[in-house]
Amino acid sequence: MLIIAAIILSFISLFIGAIDIKPTDLLDWQSEETQIFLISRVPRLMAIILAGIGMSIAGLIMQSLSRNKFVSPTTAGTLDAAKLGILISMLFFTNVTYTQQIIFSFVFALVGTLLFMQILDRIKFKDVIFVPLIGIMYGNILSSITTFFAYEADLLQNISSWLMGSFTLVISGRYELLYLSIPAVILAYLYANKFTVAGMGEDFAKNLGLSYKFVLNIGLILVAIIATTVVLTVGVIPFLGLIVPNIVSLYLGDNLRKTIPHTAVLGVVFLLICDILGRVIIYPYEIPVNVTVAVIGSAIFLIMLFRGRAYAK
Amino acid sequence: MIEIKGLTKKFGNKPVVEDVSVTIQPGSITSFIGPNGAGKSTLLSMVSRLLDADTGEVLLDKNDVKQWKSVEFAKRVSILKQANFINVRLTVRELISFGRYPYSKGRLTPEDEQFVEQAMDYMNLTDMQDKFLDELSGGQKQRAFIAMVIAQDTDYVLLDEPLNNLDMKHSVQIMKILRKLVDELGKTVVIVLHDINFASVYSDYIVALKNGKVVKSGPTNEIINSDALREIYDMNIPVQEQNGCRICVYFNSH
Repeated sequence: MLIIAAIILSFISLFIGAIDIKPTDLLDWQSEETQIFLISRVPRLMAIILAGIGMSIAGLIMQSLSRNKFVSPTTAGTLDAAKLGILISMLFFTNVTYTQQIIFSFVFALVGTLLFMQILDRIKFKDVIFVPLIGIMYGNILSSITTFFAYEADLLQNISSWLMGSFTLVISGRYELLYLSIPAVILAYLYANKFTVAGMGEDFAKNLGLSYKFVLNIGLILVAIIATTVVLTVGVIPFLGLIVPNIVSLYLGDNLRKTIPHTAVLGVVFLLICDILGRVIIYPYEIPVNVTVAVIGSAIFLIMLFRGRAYAK
Repeated sequence: MIEIKGLTKKFGNKPVVEDVSVTIQPGSITSFIGPNGAGKSTLLSMVSRLLDADTGEVLLDKNDVKQWKSVEFAKRVSILKQANFINVRLTVRELISFGRYPYSKGRLTPEDEQFVEQAMDYMNLTDMQDKFLDELSGGQKQRAFIAMVIAQDTDYVLLDEPLNNLDMKHSVQIMKILRKLVDELGKTVVIVLHDINFASVYSDYIVALKNGKVVKSGPTNEIINSDALREIYDMNIPVQEQNGCRICVYFNSH
């Protein structure tokens, strides 16, 4: 069902845009339409699919490892830390290369998330709502640091382009970094059982002979890789990693081996719907996808909060 | 055989377990009893490697438990701590299947499946195998976790206050099952208990702790008498015999 929806939506996504392209136009290999299709539309679809899979799986891993349903890359400072990393790389090197940005962003995302997990370990009051609130505050602190230094260094414009998750600027040659998230997602699937066991707590994991710390670190590294690739190519997409895994958990439970494929496909469907909406509402102009995701996502999040408090415990 | 030798653990400067030496008899139920803060759970955690001891050692088959590989250890000794706070949405069957994790890493062989079926059968969970844990009552949940430990098929089963939050009926049910594990399957059960009468009726050996030290240890009938109990609890506790069970009547003691 979900897969069929994803295929149909992908098809729609390929043929929506300022320039009207019909499937028949593609028969002519030399036509302008075919060029646009290959340079802009296909990369855009690939970017949506990869970002959708990546963000929802990253959220799923974080929720499992932190044992909190409302922890995700957006509510644990991961994305903010990645942004801070990019800025620092720009301050450090005058002619910053792409590779340097990737490395800085990855290291910051990893350390930032690790730090949040440390904070989580220390606080005693582990309410399902309280924890993500701390995460959001923590993320905002990182974000303000980023904004301050960006302002000082006159880089605000650059930074704000990462603030805004959007597929508008995705063309071939500018999104390929996202393919790095594929091995991360495959690894996540191979580690699914380990994450599920670790998700039942350190004592529980040790009882079954699992090296808890090792699995925890692998999980955080995967999350950091995914977050980095997404932030650097399309920017921050909020809520995705929060909502999608929670919906799947409601009907499938928390056995990651079972839920990872569903979570991935639902993530793609959700992001495709949001992107298509953003492209249709003020056609031929576009609303950035992070706006549509945030509007739809926050509504779903609120519903989850109100009716799901009991289940999240 | 599990031998505990001179085990000490301090939290800060305060010793929680101090120079404890006990040998666990195979094929029996051994209960750890004692007042709150006596160090019972800490001791159990060190035996099962969840906590490292400051000094002293725990030997499993003459080898220090720290020397054991995690996976091999998980095939010999299992520990179940108070599990009520675990909020993962797994079905009963999935949870029990994870008991086979040390053997199969999650890819169940037909042999593993057989262990899972047996464990479910043993705990009367077959009917509710597809229910999520959060749909179960406290007693059912506790049974599911014990079934997981049964599927883990270890010689030693360590349980930290498994009767917490259970009503009388379910407490009796769980204790009877533990008895069966020992009598029918030849397991060795070590259990932290709060209720002295459950310890008296169901266990073969009792280790009584107080302020981190062993005050008494031995066969149950040597511990359940007024003199020994006074030493452990600082209370005058009359013991009455009822159908061969020794019951401590501590409710109106002084």
